[in-house]
Amino acid sequence: MKIVELQVNGNKHRVEVDDEQSLLSVLRDDLDLTGTKYGCGEGQCGACTVLLDGQPTRSCRMPAVNVGSKPITTIEDLEQNGRLHPLQQAFLDHGAMQCGYCISGMLMSGAGLLKKNPQPTEAEILRAMEGNICRCGTYPRIVAAIKQAASGRVAQKGGGK
Amino acid sequence: MSFLAKYMGQRVKRTEDPRLIQGIGHYVDDIKLADTLHVVILRSQYAHARINSIDTSAAKAAPGVVAVYTGEDVAGKVGNVPCAGALPGLKVPKMPVLAQGKVFFVGHPVAAVVATDKYKARDAADLIEVDYDPLDVVSDGEAAAKPDSPVIHEDLGDNIAFQHSAGSGDVDAAFAAADRIVTQRLNHQRLAPISIEPRGVLAQYFRGEEQLNLWSSTQIPHLLRTQVAIMLGMAENKLRVITPEVGGGFGCKLNVYAEEALLGWIAMKVGKPVKWIEGRRENLQCTIHGRSQVGTVEVAVKNDGTLLGLKYNVTADLGAYHQLLTPAIPTLTGLMLAGCYKIPAIQMNCTGVFTNKMATDAYRGAGRPEATYLVERIMDRVAQELNMDPIELRQKNFIQANEFPYTTACGVTYDSGDYEAALAKAMELVDYKKLREEQSAARAAGRVMGIGVSTYVEICGMGPSGAMPAGGWESATVRVEPTGKVTVLTGISPHGQGEETSFAQIVGDMLGIDMNDVLVIHGDTSIVQYGIGTFGSRGLAVGGAALVCATEKVVKKAKALAAHLLGTGADSLSFENGKFVGAPDDRTLTIQEVALAAHTAASIPEDFEPGLSAQHFFEPKNFTYPSGTHICVVELDKDTGDIDIKRYVAVDDCGNQINPLIVQGQVHGGIAQGLAQALYEEVVYDENGQLITGELMDYAVPKAFQVPHYELDHAVTPTPVNPLGAKGVGEAGTIGSTPSIANAVLDALAPFGVQHIDLPLRPEKLWRAMNS
Repeated sequence: MKIVELQVNGNKHRVEVDDEQSLLSVLRDDLDLTGTKYGCGEGQCGACTVLLDGQPTRSCRMPAVNVGSKPITTIEDLEQNGRLHPLQQAFLDHGAMQCGYCISGMLMSGAGLLKKNPQPTEAEILRAMEGNICRCGTYPRIVAAIKQAASGRVAQKGGGK
Repeated sequence: MSFLAKYMGQRVKRTEDPRLIQGIGHYVDDIKLADTLHVVILRSQYAHARINSIDTSAAKAAPGVVAVYTGEDVAGKVGNVPCAGALPGLKVPKMPVLAQGKVFFVGHPVAAVVATDKYKARDAADLIEVDYDPLDVVSDGEAAAKPDSPVIHEDLGDNIAFQHSAGSGDVDAAFAAADRIVTQRLNHQRLAPISIEPRGVLAQYFRGEEQLNLWSSTQIPHLLRTQVAIMLGMAENKLRVITPEVGGGFGCKLNVYAEEALLGWIAMKVGKPVKWIEGRRENLQCTIHGRSQVGTVEVAVKNDGTLLGLKYNVTADLGAYHQLLTPAIPTLTGLMLAGCYKIPAIQMNCTGVFTNKMATDAYRGAGRPEATYLVERIMDRVAQELNMDPIELRQKNFIQANEFPYTTACGVTYDSGDYEAALAKAMELVDYKKLREEQSAARAAGRVMGIGVSTYVEICGMGPSGAMPAGGWESATVRVEPTGKVTVLTGISPHGQGEETSFAQIVGDMLGIDMNDVLVIHGDTSIVQYGIGTFGSRGLAVGGAALVCATEKVVKKAKALAAHLLGTGADSLSFENGKFVGAPDDRTLTIQEVALAAHTAASIPEDFEPGLSAQHFFEPKNFTYPSGTHICVVELDKDTGDIDIKRYVAVDDCGNQINPLIVQGQVHGGIAQGLAQALYEEVVYDENGQLITGELMDYAVPKAFQVPHYELDHAVTPTPVNPLGAKGVGEAGTIGSTPSIANAVLDALAPFGVQHIDLPLRPEKLWRAMNS
């Protein structure tokens, strides 16, 4: 066991962690940030995606002891001052979720992309979302929502096609 | 009653989404109870083996371990995993919740470790020593049926679980009269449902109250309650099943699993809450699989394209055990072998066999994708043989719009439909004639282009209770509270289908109130009256119908009180957009005013029960039969075998739509899963019964870049089966898409002399077809 100091959503947390404990486990089990989901534990589905120093990262494959001082952003911190992140708003506008389980991972991958590349092409969006599975298959709306957030446009009433 | 359709038919944004978008919805693993212990299941790594002994001593002594249980501990204490399928002569092997004496598939639960955290439980599970004698493995479904095959369940004599025949008409005469007989052997590969939230159970026992609470990621909270209560030998009304957010089901959570009863039993034993969350590898090993039929379809046809008869001889590889509906799934295939066509004679002979694999059961479409795929694939083979356009062949044999209700040779009666209408729209959208010209030009230029059509019909709105294993009705309670807010209790259990929204739309319109004043509650057996659940595209078609009927009862009751309060007869009042009007003095009362009066009950008619609520159990008289046309256009890369989907057009007819935004979302998702079957996914076991596709690295679930742009439209033929005229849409995309994509790829390959390639149509297979 080791004591690590993690910077999560702008707050510092001292946590006692096992050497092999994943960041996902620390977030969910120790810090009660359950918005980040377990989907496969093998970095294949993207449900556990968080931003590590702005970079989309699979928290299930990231040992907490390796995070160091890099700031971690989870779904719980996307909303700022009671206002949804533009990408959250775009997902709402497009009705881009069904069961909702993959959505925090989708949002974090999308937010990471927009941070680095505010005007991505469709091909760039598809590449950025390569590591995220939505088994409900809402992909067309997820892609449309990321495009909308990038352009700053407001979607038409009644969601995406 | 009359109302403005302010909400119904509109693209209303889902009321579920704000919580989901912030990550603050609660799925089972997000619920934390103090002092919870964690359970890890030790599973067999052998597909078939005798257990000589299990030594749990080291595990029991490991740090944090509270208990370790094996098959011996649960024998006589926890009942077997239930099967609700009933077929004449069906063999049902006993399935204890932990293996007793033998294991029958990779992933078979052998022992349960209970510890203070999941990592300690996992480490301790590794300390359990199981002495196995490996036995001969039955890995192939067709070989399993042969007399020389090793027998999996010795007490059952052989591996044949059932023989099932379906269909009617003089098949022999049809084949004797045929100008041609077209035959095709087809494999419907085994698939894994892969809900992104794996299964999970949390159980808590209250010793004083003798009540067990069971949170489970399920599609059927009430059926689960009944079955787990039976398995645990406890009173059903002392078991409360709670279904929080469910992260996808697709049929795999329409079941009763060993772990659900086991966790309940452990919670009672240890006196603390216990939680088990399935790992992804476990999910691939021991959550049900779908499809897994291999068979031969034969069609008798005249030279002008008239279909005379169809035969389908099939082996269904069921896996080692029956889960809840395992044997019922192939029988659904037998109901839909006519497709959209007038085929006077049909016969299916199905052999269901046990193999050393995980059980198959309902996966999105459940038996009907198999029917549609084989019918639509053989239609293209027939068209190819007759040198006919595949659409012309379909049109020639279509059941016509004026022929409904239409009873097929499979014995089911299609409620309504207009197959020509959807086809015509799809052809127009894709500009079919021009597309064929483009294809000729492309071929002349050496490009490999294909056009695939699928005209499908499916069986949904499940269903009439007489045809269902555990009742097919659905329930709803509508309660207008004193403040005019409306609480709906529905027996369905939505897990992504958005009925919290669509049901609020219905009640909002019917009661003339703001839909945001309607709260839809589901998935808690202590709050909601008994219900059947969400599967078989039944949420709206059956659950919504129950809701309409319950709401009508509320209006009727409210009208009696309104008439009393307005000093007139109920017959002279009408309910319009939330108000009772028609009183002689022009006074009106809103539904909210009546609700308050019904609760204060200061002035009520003599026979009026205070309060304003009503309940309805809706029994559907028939299934519903959604239909449609999907057209896919592909181009193949001759050098790599890669497939580029150029166009994807889907025109679906699910009857009336309450929320087109939700409907289209269901179609998107359905197509993605049907496309996955056509191009990517396959559960593979080797000859030793080892699961080769045991993680998502090997099991190829499509990502965003792998789905095409969809061009969607719809046709509307309302169903007469329920008051909404809605047929259901959850499975349509899956059923319609697989054959259209397969047909497109095989159409592209026709110049290479290829008649058929089994799914999934991976680039390697296509490259070989083009380069051999």
